[in-house]
Amino acid sequence: MIELQIDFLQYDFMRSALAAGLVASVLCSIIGIYVILNKIVFISDGIAHAAFGGIGFGYLLGMDPLGFGIASAVLTALGIGTVSSRSRVSEDTAIGVFLATGMALGIIFMSLSKGYAKDLYGYLFGNILAVTWNDVSLILALTLSVLILVFLLYKEFLILSFDPAYAEAIGLPVQRLRLLLLCMVAFSVVVLIKIVGIIMVIALLTIPGAISRQHMKSITGIMAGSALLGAVFVTAGLMVSYLLNVPSGATIILTAAVVFFLSIALTR
Amino acid sequence: MNIVSIRGLWVCYRTHPVLEDINLDLEEGDFLGLIGPNGGGKSTLIKVMLGLIKPDRGTVLIFGRSPKDARGQIGYMPQKTLFDQSFPVKALEVVLMGRYSRVGLLRRYGREDRDAAMRALEAVGMGGHAEREIGSLSGGEQQRVFVARSLVSDPRLLLLDEPTSGVDSAQQTEFYDLLSHLNRDMGIAIVLVSHDITAVSTHVKKIACLNQRLYYHGSGELAREDIEKAYGCPVEMIAHGTPHRVLRRHD
Repeated sequence: MIELQIDFLQYDFMRSALAAGLVASVLCSIIGIYVILNKIVFISDGIAHAAFGGIGFGYLLGMDPLGFGIASAVLTALGIGTVSSRSRVSEDTAIGVFLATGMALGIIFMSLSKGYAKDLYGYLFGNILAVTWNDVSLILALTLSVLILVFLLYKEFLILSFDPAYAEAIGLPVQRLRLLLLCMVAFSVVVLIKIVGIIMVIALLTIPGAISRQHMKSITGIMAGSALLGAVFVTAGLMVSYLLNVPSGATIILTAAVVFFLSIALTR
Repeated sequence: MNIVSIRGLWVCYRTHPVLEDINLDLEEGDFLGLIGPNGGGKSTLIKVMLGLIKPDRGTVLIFGRSPKDARGQIGYMPQKTLFDQSFPVKALEVVLMGRYSRVGLLRRYGREDRDAAMRALEAVGMGGHAEREIGSLSGGEQQRVFVARSLVSDPRLLLLDEPTSGVDSAQQTEFYDLLSHLNRDMGIAIVLVSHDITAVSTHVKKIACLNQRLYYHGSGELAREDIEKAYGCPVEMIAHGTPHRVLRRHD
């Protein structure tokens, strides 16, 4: 076991991958609990998929795909909110439309540039081993910003999550807080795409929080528990994928899923 | 000065009027029961008083100010709060939410807020349950916590929108006793929206009936014709002689 650990961490790409995964666990634990409590799992998934439109566009231009990904994710977050509140399109329908449109745009953009197949795979399914130390500091900066926002707006997000109708009645800026929450989701989701890919991003946001919620009774307790769980999943997933030579993103998610089902079975 | 003064209030949904020429005055210490059929505009009127819906015509003054400016002095309890029964929050934290209008954006709750929340819980007889999770309390206990939440900002006016839905009748009686206590002993004016005419009539001081138009005589009585006009059909009424009657004596 000790030998494995040393062996496992002798490569720099493994160290940066692990660092990225651990920081992402903290980010997921904070955002994830609000995604779960506000029941915005499907929106978050839609945002992740729609981000692909921007990523593809950046890729085509030969510029940083992440920046464009964040831009299209934020636009989608705002777009879903606006379309569903102003027209006779329900929110989940709007999400479906944005999700598919973003994916379609991304695929067209990427196919217009040469030799896209390998990178396409990386965006869809993630490649944590390709994470650079630059990416790690980006994830760290985002995690710190989200931590500060949630620290400042803890009581507002609690009222919003618990009882939005009451929140509105007592003068909370409900619409703006919701958009802020969606923007935080958008930023997080794009950063997480690097690690587990568009298809599986939602699992990393929801599974640790869902398990932690079964055992913890306060929001901060759930956050701490899910950060710890996320760290375990990332570390274990990376080790297993290294040993068995299977894709890292999928292994991390499957590790989390196994614990999720075990936790449900055991708490029954 | 009236605590509530509504003059010539009209609210329309697209072209269809929901509230028509409403006039209503409430004084310090009033306890008004607001009855009427579903869709008659009861919740809309409450939302106007909270400044959540803008009138199309007319003026609404609460404590002589616009509803939005008066919000800090109004306690509000919405129709049965539909929350996730496993939401990870304690009773005390739920009550603290009611301090938001005093504390404001970005600030944190202080000792004063926590003390006020404890006092509010004690005022509704829930002092021993402060640390309990909200979902582990019974329906009646949860309702008391929500009353505490509406009380915690020390309001001079309470707006309660169908607060007893989903609570069994024994707990309802206790609940109305609690409201009477708040009104009589703490001097808080109350507007209680309900469709349960019988229950309301035995507890409130004044009663009004709303169905687009407001039928109100500034008293605890309503004419049978008013109620029938409001409901649009003959209403089977059981008039109680005690503790007081809703219907005037008639032959």
